[in-house]
Amino acid sequence: MNNQAVAERNQEVAEAQDVGVLARPRVDVMETENEVMLLADLPGVKSGDVDVRFENGELTIHGRRFASNANKKRALTEYEPTHYHRSFRLTEDIAADRIEAELKAGVLTVRLPKAEAAKPRKIAVKG
Amino acid sequence: MFINPKVFNTLWREMEGFRHEFDRALGRNGQSYGAATPALNVWEDDAAFHLETDLPGVAADSVDVTVTEGNRVTVTGERKAAEPANAVWHRQERFAGTFTRELALPAPVDADKVEARFEHGVLKLTLPKSEAAKPRKIAIKAE
Repeated sequence: MNNQAVAERNQEVAEAQDVGVLARPRVDVMETENEVMLLADLPGVKSGDVDVRFENGELTIHGRRFASNANKKRALTEYEPTHYHRSFRLTEDIAADRIEAELKAGVLTVRLPKAEAAKPRKIAVKG
Repeated sequence: MFINPKVFNTLWREMEGFRHEFDRALGRNGQSYGAATPALNVWEDDAAFHLETDLPGVAADSVDVTVTEGNRVTVTGERKAAEPANAVWHRQERFAGTFTRELALPAPVDADKVEARFEHGVLKLTLPKSEAAKPRKIAIKAE
């Protein structure tokens, strides 16, 4: 590839970076007595580029992966700049003000504590 | 039947390209490979190949990178499943287990100088080309 071709290709990459493909991240969802826990694979996403929202019982995850090595020639491309997007409706009653999210090594962990009213309660039987 | 290897390679590349286009159109974004064979991107400049592969949640000490025959790069390792105590699983889509991916680079690399690092769940390798494979500018003598 000559320099002009590389420059054109890089322009395409820059445009793709703006657009990006849409991908559904793979998730694990687990539930314990006290919380619902969600893990999502978001490889290549920095913590500043992920948005986690909880609204009307719906959890939405949106992460952006930008192009890397824009100044180099592409030799093999199996993934593109990406918008990771997925949302979930939670049937459990969640304490929205105590939701915690952490992005570490490309894995987003969201912990959704159950509202007190939704926790299982053992009822003492008198008699 | 005799197939000219050059023609075969071209055809193969076109087939691969078509498959990637198809995957992209479906929004699978390389995931059709499954995490047992993680997706790769490779860039090239005069000095080196720059390889990146998605290994989210994989610990650095559970990955092995090897270079054999001068140009074959192999990335192997394992990702452990999350094991929270007393939890009920609702969905399990994330890959757990061993993975391996191998790639033959188009030119030999200097295996002693390969550098590897993790960034945001992406393994990034810099594989310097061997001296013989680097482009060389030939000075033309004036008459």
